[in-house]
Amino acid sequence: MMEGVADKQAELTRQDFVSDQAVRWCPGCGDYMILANMQKAMTQMGTNKEDFLCVSGIGCSSRITYYLDTYGIHSIHGRALAVATGAKLANPDLNVWVFTGDGDCLAIGGNHFIHSCRRNINLNVVIFNNKVYGMTKGQSSPTTPAGIKTKTAPEGSIENTFNIGELAIGSGATFFARVPDNNHKLLEEVMLEANKHTGISVIEVLQNCVIFTDGIHELITGKETKDDNQVVCKHGEPLLFGKDRLYGLKLDGMKLKKVPYDENDTGFISHDMYDEDSAMHLALAKMEIPDLPVAMGIIRQAEKSNYANVLHQNIKRARELSEFKTVHDLFYSGNTWEV
Amino acid sequence: MAELALEKEMRKVVVRFSGDSGDGMQLTGDMFSQSSGQEGLDLTTTPDFPAEIRAPQGSIGGVSSFQIQIGGTEIYTPGDQVDVLVVMNPAALKANLDKLKPGGTIIADMDSFDRRNLKKAEYASDPLVDNTLDEYHVIKAPATSLTKSALKDLGLSNQAITRSKNMFALGIVAYIFSRPLAKVKKLIDNKFAKRPELAEANKLALEAGFNFSESTELFGASIVIPPAKLPKGTYRNIDGNTAVAWGFLAASENSGRKLSLCSYPITPASEILHELTARKDMGAIVFQAEDEIAAICAAIGASFSGNLSVTTTSGPGASLKSEAMGLALISEIPLVIVNVQRAGPSTGLPTKTEQSDLYQALYGRHGDAPMVVMAASSPDDCFRFSYEAAKIAMEHSTPVILLSDTYLASGTSPWRIPDMAELPEIKIPVFDRSPEEWEPYQRDPEYLSRYWKSPGDAGFEHRIGGLEKKENTGNLTYEPANHQKMTKIRAEKIERIAKKLPELETIGAQQGKLMVVGWGSTHGAINTAVTELLEDGEKSVGFAHFNYIQPLPANTEEIFGRYDQILVCEINNGQFVNYLRSIYPQFSYKQLNKIQGQPFFTSEIKAEIINRLTDL
Repeated sequence: MMEGVADKQAELTRQDFVSDQAVRWCPGCGDYMILANMQKAMTQMGTNKEDFLCVSGIGCSSRITYYLDTYGIHSIHGRALAVATGAKLANPDLNVWVFTGDGDCLAIGGNHFIHSCRRNINLNVVIFNNKVYGMTKGQSSPTTPAGIKTKTAPEGSIENTFNIGELAIGSGATFFARVPDNNHKLLEEVMLEANKHTGISVIEVLQNCVIFTDGIHELITGKETKDDNQVVCKHGEPLLFGKDRLYGLKLDGMKLKKVPYDENDTGFISHDMYDEDSAMHLALAKMEIPDLPVAMGIIRQAEKSNYANVLHQNIKRARELSEFKTVHDLFYSGNTWEV
Repeated sequence: MAELALEKEMRKVVVRFSGDSGDGMQLTGDMFSQSSGQEGLDLTTTPDFPAEIRAPQGSIGGVSSFQIQIGGTEIYTPGDQVDVLVVMNPAALKANLDKLKPGGTIIADMDSFDRRNLKKAEYASDPLVDNTLDEYHVIKAPATSLTKSALKDLGLSNQAITRSKNMFALGIVAYIFSRPLAKVKKLIDNKFAKRPELAEANKLALEAGFNFSESTELFGASIVIPPAKLPKGTYRNIDGNTAVAWGFLAASENSGRKLSLCSYPITPASEILHELTARKDMGAIVFQAEDEIAAICAAIGASFSGNLSVTTTSGPGASLKSEAMGLALISEIPLVIVNVQRAGPSTGLPTKTEQSDLYQALYGRHGDAPMVVMAASSPDDCFRFSYEAAKIAMEHSTPVILLSDTYLASGTSPWRIPDMAELPEIKIPVFDRSPEEWEPYQRDPEYLSRYWKSPGDAGFEHRIGGLEKKENTGNLTYEPANHQKMTKIRAEKIERIAKKLPELETIGAQQGKLMVVGWGSTHGAINTAVTELLEDGEKSVGFAHFNYIQPLPANTEEIFGRYDQILVCEINNGQFVNYLRSIYPQFSYKQLNKIQGQPFFTSEIKAEIINRLTDL
């Protein structure tokens, strides 16, 4: 459900969301695409400009709040979700967007991430996943693949990674989508769908860092390989991929398997993003090259009660039933005496 | 055995109720407090809980106590030494006998002094029978058995009957202090309004205790304490944590801003979280966060949304919040951080009191990061100071740290319910000009408060954050001169708040040899000590108490200059005294520090003052 429903929406253009601050990401950074598509998507969200609140943490990704001409908080490292939670609970009419990175959100901010997913509070979270710490100049992050060399792993990372989709869905997130930074159409579409979703919406953007991990997503997002290595999930449709969409997915026991597509074979998996049971969504989110394509688009969108709505319903009911109209009534309740 | 040491008419009396954790001593104490308040007495109470959640029944570790001092004069502490000690089992006697005055009165449930309980309390022989208690006045009351027989027809479970024996004890105490039985029964009715069968049982037990006292004539005459001369008004008993919570509710109502409380559970601050959670019925928006950092960060978000925003914690939590305090400070948004201090460092003595987070409040942030620091000094004035903290935070767009502590949090005192109209107005510096004139870091010229605009206000969209901001525009900048200027503005902003603060007041000598100084929760003990010395004719001692610590009241230096020596008394290893030394190094300071997880006794302060005067 949309919040801060607009009355002046028709007048908004992308330019309304462009702030007067010079954008200072490295030339060629994937962040530019996210910014441009966000500004464009915001014009179509049905929210008045003044009812947007953008919150970020620390890192390259988090500079975005200065470039979006909305109310914004550029907070501290890892804490954007916590700040956004308080702001949303204080004024549930706001349309709150959180911008964060793989280090900000999953390392120092990991606790807030899992608990925000669990609470299913109505926030939209865009995670810029470049699989490295950019602003602090190239250290390993929780999504840096094993073997990748970084400043803190000169022999190649020896850590296991978080799969953001698996972590989000496993923690109770009701909306998870993944998008490459070079698919503008999908990026905008996913942002608009996240906006409509009631509850937490997590969008992982595979974002390219031109300095430290340039080309880290290349096999997934590159022109030559993307058809084989991406499957774009569309609700109700079979999950097809490869040049000319020649492959589909089947279950082999508990595991997904790449199989040449045959439209007469009913054993191929169609995408059901509304499935309450998250098992298939987790399986899709976990798919990795080279054996399987990486799932893109909206992988999960489930309905569940969301914290902010329930809290405010409870407050409203308590207020209606309350014997205390003002604090005066409260202070005089119970045992008092006169002097 | 000694004769009854209580006189027919006394100015003040200290009573201590003590028993096993399951004996309902806190409730008994609370009822006695209410009853004392109704009789027009001033009072201060303190509970003493066992550290363990459920220590073994009958063990010394499981003893729970409640101490109250009542008086016809102003009462500022729960008292040093006990006049009347009520013990529901041998362990309670063992744990508390050292607190009883020589010749004091013991009321013991003799039924509980059986072999099993004596052994658990590590008594080789029965102290009610041997000569252990010869110097005291002992009243042996068969509380358990008489309660059982009084309640035998009610059809209650054995457990429910045994649980009522605390009211038997209250009945004895009510008799001793000449309390009208009907009024005490009314308190029981109110307490158990939803459980009439328990109200009935408790009233019967109360009556049994009262009648036992009357018919056995153990006491001679009962005691009358003339009522205190308190300001006229309607009163209720209140503990520090509830008072803090209510102060915020009042500030929310008077400022017209919704209240957001974002907190993480921690002893001894959790009751504020509990109370405001229950105050959904007043519209409070309460968020229990996943950790201390999330709690303060959520409060920062709520503040930017335009609410009166509060986070509550104790020392360990305050440590975790320190980075985010800096964010609130550089963003110049209102926020109240309540630290209900406990004994540290680290986990320390989590259920015991201390004033040792003062350095942390003053200095515990990176960068030049001055914040308002203030401290409440009694359970009832926790209300006033949480209201003040909210007012200062909102009017000056700044984070404020309010210090309370375990002693205030769980202690109670009578609170004169204020008329909302008599509370100071809260004037929020909302920007009142057009969007064309808006710049996010413009400020009110007198106090340098940054103006407010909140999401939802069209045309005023702006960003705040942790990076240094250009003066007025709030744009990001690394200009060297701007950082210096903004740092100075942030410091000046805190200093200028002193203009609004009440001046430091002194009692006793207005100049002379010794100025006794305290801050926060030590007020009661120091005030009582100095007052008693003044009554004894001492003429060279003055006393001043600080509630505002940063900034200090404007006349602090002038007042200190009138005395030869400043004696700073605090429940830590000397933090306020060093802070004063750093600001006013010209004065001669001495210090009295108690670091035992316990509040000061009046006697300790008196002794130190006398000691200092001898030296001077």
